[in-house]
Amino acid sequence: MAQASEHKEPLIHLSKRTGVAPLRAWLIRLAAVALGLIVCGLAAMLLIERLRDNPGRIGEFYYTFIKGSFSTSRKFWKFLKNLSILLCISLALTPSFRMRFWNTGAEGQTLVSVLGCIAVDFYLGGKIPEWLLLILMFIAALACGAVWALIPALCKARWNTNETLFTLMMNYVATFLVSYCLVIWVANGSSSLPKLKTGKLPTIGNDYLLIILIVLLLAVGLYIYLSYTKHGYEISVVGESVRTAQYVGISVKKVIVRTMLLNGALCGLAGYLIGAGLDQSVTVNSVGGQGFTAIMVAWLAKFNPLVMIITAGLIQLLNQGAAQISQDFNVSGAFPDVIVGIILFFIIGCEFFINYQVHFRSRAGQEGRSVK
Amino acid sequence: MEKQLALQLRGITKRFGRVVANNHVDLDVNRGEILAILGENGCGKTTLMNMIAGIYFPDEGHIYVDGQEVVIRSPKDAFDHRIGMIHQHFKLVDLFTAAENIVLGVHEEGRYNLKEVNQRVTEIAGKYGFHIDPRKKIYDMSVSEKQTVEIIKVLYRGADILILDEPTAVLTPQEIDKLFDVLRRMRADGKSIIIITHKLHEVLDVSDRVAILRRGEHIATVNTAETNESQLTEMMVGEKVSLDIERNDPVDAAPRLEVMHLNLHNAEGLHVLRDVTFTANGGEILGIAGIAGSGQRELLEAIAGLQPQMEGDVIFHNPKKDKPVTFFHKSMKRVRELGAQGMFHDQNMKPVSFDGMSTAEIRKWVESGNVLFKEDEIIDLRDKTPLEIRQLGVRLSFVPEDRLGMGLVGSMGITDNMMLRSYRKGPAGFLDRKKPRELAEEIIRELKVNTPGVNSPVRRLSGGNVQKVLVGREIAFTPKVLMAAYPVRGLDINSSYTIYHLLNKQKESGVAVIFVGEDLDVLLALSDRILVMNSGAVTGIVDARHATKEEIGLLMTKTDRARKEEA
Repeated sequence: MAQASEHKEPLIHLSKRTGVAPLRAWLIRLAAVALGLIVCGLAAMLLIERLRDNPGRIGEFYYTFIKGSFSTSRKFWKFLKNLSILLCISLALTPSFRMRFWNTGAEGQTLVSVLGCIAVDFYLGGKIPEWLLLILMFIAALACGAVWALIPALCKARWNTNETLFTLMMNYVATFLVSYCLVIWVANGSSSLPKLKTGKLPTIGNDYLLIILIVLLLAVGLYIYLSYTKHGYEISVVGESVRTAQYVGISVKKVIVRTMLLNGALCGLAGYLIGAGLDQSVTVNSVGGQGFTAIMVAWLAKFNPLVMIITAGLIQLLNQGAAQISQDFNVSGAFPDVIVGIILFFIIGCEFFINYQVHFRSRAGQEGRSVK
Repeated sequence: MEKQLALQLRGITKRFGRVVANNHVDLDVNRGEILAILGENGCGKTTLMNMIAGIYFPDEGHIYVDGQEVVIRSPKDAFDHRIGMIHQHFKLVDLFTAAENIVLGVHEEGRYNLKEVNQRVTEIAGKYGFHIDPRKKIYDMSVSEKQTVEIIKVLYRGADILILDEPTAVLTPQEIDKLFDVLRRMRADGKSIIIITHKLHEVLDVSDRVAILRRGEHIATVNTAETNESQLTEMMVGEKVSLDIERNDPVDAAPRLEVMHLNLHNAEGLHVLRDVTFTANGGEILGIAGIAGSGQRELLEAIAGLQPQMEGDVIFHNPKKDKPVTFFHKSMKRVRELGAQGMFHDQNMKPVSFDGMSTAEIRKWVESGNVLFKEDEIIDLRDKTPLEIRQLGVRLSFVPEDRLGMGLVGSMGITDNMMLRSYRKGPAGFLDRKKPRELAEEIIRELKVNTPGVNSPVRRLSGGNVQKVLVGREIAFTPKVLMAAYPVRGLDINSSYTIYHLLNKQKESGVAVIFVGEDLDVLLALSDRILVMNSGAVTGIVDARHATKEEIGLLMTKTDRARKEEA
């Protein structure tokens, strides 16, 4: 039984901050990234033999990070291309996330779009003019993505189903749908569809320039849509409070369905850029997990399409830098994941310190001490 | 019989920012007694109990259990001192059975044996006269059964001091009787029971002693046998406070909103509005008094079109006879509809027909001011959504109780919040922020809203400023009916008077103002008539110029049973 004669405060207690100066918030985030990089360096010294024997070469480790994306012009363009596709999917998720509709199905929505556009290419390629083929592929991709997003949206609007699980499950359906189609399409049973000769998006200047420009335009367009149109406004109101939306007479169901159609169609655009712009083929890994990475990109940017250009770049930089490290230092393929994981842990973790203040129990006679 | 002290509070103080929720409260609870804690909303009853149950930690003061000083930092600490609280909002896992919920979080030696638990639950239930099936899932249970689970949960943990926060609010009269029987049996078993309520009748019915709190302070503890309703009411609401609120006599009060036989069942199936009938007049403030949760919120929401399952009629009278038609609140579509129904005439009393006219021609004619209403408009708002109500041209403004959760969007600035009502205007898909911005600046200037700027999130503003923004927007809409739920809750004196002044100005301009309040002094000083609600029913409509606080207090606390006994 506690025998307290005087008032006792818990050792640590948290209080929610009311409004943080943006500069302070960004300083905290910057500090978190720096701390993350330092911990990465320590991890590298523990795990990589070459660094363990010779800690002085740690500078090389950080240099390799940058090298992954910028050492050659080819790597740089590849960096921009990967960034664009990732950004496109992140942008697609943004309207639904702004509405607090937690769509975890961008992977599937994009994959189905790739499948749809390749299916058109597979069946009609060479039989109709190339320009018509590209248009039909575009329509097919957008329609497939939209339908894949619409199904969970309708169920949410009608029966209030859990959108997170629903969209997640739809990813698996999409994957198996691709496997199924490949079994039918590929006669030799290898389930690997050779690159099709038709349905290739034209290029300007560089192989990837057109794709990059399309996605940049999309980022700006989406920013305008969300901030300056009535639709964007309705999305924000529904996301913030369904009750407020009902109070002012916004039809919540309509907004959910409309926004998810847009979300799906934009995933369709990403699928089209992958299918017609890059691969001319489809596999179960056509999207390669970027549908999930995109969730993180969107979150880190606080659902602001323009900030997303930066966060998508950051994530892509991490991915390519870590891959370069595993190549140059000759370590296992799992090492890049460790690096990316550590840094993301710090970036996401620092949001806690932005939102909350930590107080420690004041010592006798001392003023309360607080951290960060 | 010698009374044994179970729990003592000495000098308990709790502040939330600048608000003092409890101010040096002393309280004694004996073994084997039922202590009722009585007080108006926001007087600090629940805060005080939360400190005993380990939800909050007191800023000052001491708690003694069985004469020993204790420190309660968490609900677990409270259980270690054999204190358990049954909260107003149940904290149960829907997918689990009663027994599973009951053992959740209990650390016991040995293996987890659900059979044994079931048996013990049944034993406890039998001992105190509960009826419960330990294997039943929570989602299959009625509200009263869920409450039973909560009570057994506390007993299972060995609590000797039980705190019940408004246990009767969600129960039917029969269920209340049963609950009280159980409480009496627990008392006989030597348990101490603290029950929070503001229903006087129940206090007199079940308790041994009553502690009265007012504005965070402990006023007195009296023996139930030696008191009566009027004495308790007086202690609860305090001495008459003279409030200097202006009140002009209504001018040309005419029926504006007629509510007839409104009935509503909520999602839990409770009958939350019972045959509510009243008329609100233009140029008059109709106060609505009642204990929180007596159906005030549901009533206003039903009128505003937010309770689609309601039964009954809400008739809106629009005194439009011989007044010109405008596009300010009527859409072209609506004007065409009304024209086709022969609702308009011109200045020479000749019927207006839009047959064969183009939209531009109609617009020109209407805007010339020569198209007049033939009759007053009478519109039934039943089965209409908020948007439909607005499209019908019914100017109904609503300041909801939940300002940031319903009336405003917390993360948006004042400009964007102004748009909530009007963003649909304008032809293109793009938003027009110019007019809302001007309105925002006007409201900031006129109502002296303290804000860093028109774009800083309203969530960051103080309660008073948030309310000014909300009321300002609703008034800018030039309503014919203005409903305000607890518009001065949490506001300081100056902001409160700003709001009273705004309501009075609306009344002078002929608006029917419906004002739901909790402070009876204010209701009596501001309103013209006061409608009193209790358990979803209207228990009386009184003339605010002649009524007394005691009169209203009795109407507020009269239970169904008391009414029946009287009849």
